Amino acid sequence: MAALEELDREYERAKRDREFQQRLEVLLRTYAGRPTPLFFAQRLTKKLGGAKIYLKREDLLHTGAHKINNCLGQGLLVERMGKGRVIAETGAGQHGVATATVCALLGFECVVYMGTEDMRRQELNVFRMRLLGAEVRGVESGSRTLKDAINEAMRDWVTNVRTTHYLLGSVLGAHPYPTMVRDFHRVIGREARAQILKAEGKLPAAIIACVGGGSNAIGVFYEFIKDKKVRLIGVEAGGRGEALGEHAARFRGGSPGVLQGTYSYVLQDPGGQIALTHSVSAGLDYPSIGPEHAALRDAGRAEYVPASDAEALEATTLLARTEGIIPALESAHAVAEVLKRAPKMKKSEVVIVNVSGRGDKDIGIIRESLSLE
Amino acid sequence: MKFKIFTTEDTEGHGVTRGEAIQDMPLSFYKRPGLVVYVTCGDPDLVTTREIVLAAIDAGADVIELGVPFSDPVADGPVIQRASERALKHGTSLGQVLTLAAEIRQHAQSTGLIIFSYLNPILRMGMEKFCMVARHAGVDGVLVTDLPVEEAGAYLRSMKSNDLVPVFLAAPTSPDERLKRIAEASRGFVYAVSRTGVTGARQQLAEDAQKLVRRLRRVTKLPVAVGFGISNAEQFAEVGKFADAVVVGSAIVETVERNRGREAQAVGEFVGRLTAGVSRAAV
Repeated sequence: MAALEELDREYERAKRDREFQQRLEVLLRTYAGRPTPLFFAQRLTKKLGGAKIYLKREDLLHTGAHKINNCLGQGLLVERMGKGRVIAETGAGQHGVATATVCALLGFECVVYMGTEDMRRQELNVFRMRLLGAEVRGVESGSRTLKDAINEAMRDWVTNVRTTHYLLGSVLGAHPYPTMVRDFHRVIGREARAQILKAEGKLPAAIIACVGGGSNAIGVFYEFIKDKKVRLIGVEAGGRGEALGEHAARFRGGSPGVLQGTYSYVLQDPGGQIALTHSVSAGLDYPSIGPEHAALRDAGRAEYVPASDAEALEATTLLARTEGIIPALESAHAVAEVLKRAPKMKKSEVVIVNVSGRGDKDIGIIRESLSLE
Repeated sequence: MKFKIFTTEDTEGHGVTRGEAIQDMPLSFYKRPGLVVYVTCGDPDLVTTREIVLAAIDAGADVIELGVPFSDPVADGPVIQRASERALKHGTSLGQVLTLAAEIRQHAQSTGLIIFSYLNPILRMGMEKFCMVARHAGVDGVLVTDLPVEEAGAYLRSMKSNDLVPVFLAAPTSPDERLKRIAEASRGFVYAVSRTGVTGARQQLAEDAQKLVRRLRRVTKLPVAVGFGISNAEQFAEVGKFADAVVVGSAIVETVERNRGREAQAVGEFVGRLTAGVSRAAV
């Protein structure tokens, strides 16, 4: 608790500190590669025959996903707090790579916890982290995925809290993490809003983003929450079936509960034990969801739908072949939803899909799952 | 509880009652230093857990913490993680632990019984229902590892209306203001965590523990129990010099793990050895 309070205080101060904000802005621009383009996907639009589809290209950021936004922000906070050791959890490895990158940039010791199942399926990212000087610690407990990596990172943090910052990678965990991580990703929606107004002279009819913990989704949604006519659509991992354990669709099979310091929708059994999950994408393979998404959903402001493993893989191939963009399997869930939705929308309507990451890390899994001739 | 769209100022649960007189305590240590024994219920099975607990009581335990296994025990080290996994494999539930508590109560009238759980299984049962069932089972108190006092408003109200004693963890990193709040919300005793980190036996006990007890004495008259990392008679004696009671957890669970088929006997012997070198004065 003391560490959370310290972090909360420091973040509140940093928020009002112009020098901090300026430094973050410069790093986002000159190091991470912001702003990212909003790209009109002409061939995909034509193929689907409905709404105009724009892609927010977070996949073009340094390290290959939106995760770097938050890592740079928290990295600068670590500097302010004078801590020299950073720990993180990672599922797909994107947050781990972004954390390892920022630690290399700012000179921190870095330990990343990762489930051994995820290490197996995201081998390339494990190597990238090690190349960047981070220590990757495999986690053998539970389902050996993201949830278990967070457990282990929390255990490390309570043990070494005096010297260590926990660089949490999604809008999860105890206060102030969900709000702080969201704030560092708001830049996605801020840019997208200005870009779409410039390109189309109007707001989009819908924004679609994948939701694991929900950081890229809340980042792109947030600036549009007040624009009631913009539909906000989050896509969860539908996995390979509807039974508990076969998916990570918290709003389809979950109920309110507490996991890892967050009260939100949780996939759990009747006794309150947390369920195992499955998704082809390691980054969506998590039994709970950011609490702000739960609020948006219960308020009827955002809607959440599942996309299955198969649909995500199909969407990956389609986007690769119509636009020359290979999305991360996480982001491919958002693409899968636009494939269903765009044909039913008017040609005059505009939809934005947040391509939160690129698919290079997933080539191994995609190769296993698809037989391409 | 309703979900909220956050503003950065949000925190919940400021309903903590402060500054009330300490009620009559159903939880007492009859000897000093007192001994609190933790077990993971359902490891290896519930029948054996009952035998283990009764053996520990026979050997001198004053208070028993009945650990409810949870799928994601973030506050626990590897020993209790393994035990929880074993217990969950055959479906040990909070309901079963409460039934076990009632059985133990029939055999042990004066021993303090505490349910030691993570929050989610309790929420799933329903806070009020949990408290009522616990009270009827003869449970004295509850410790919810992942419920900070700052968020405990509703919990404290349910506990109070069911005459249950809430126990909170105090950490060496807690500032004085927070220690005060923890002490004010606690009844029965305050559980001082000997060092930062998760549960598990340690060879060397941090000086942190003694400092923390001293700081707690300044804010509370409640007995202070020290736990996390105490695994042998020397440590029991050492901690017993400055704490009112000593909590032994992982070392018990490890004894269970290592003595398949004779768990209760082994725990009884272990507890006997733990306290043998210390003269525990009646109070």
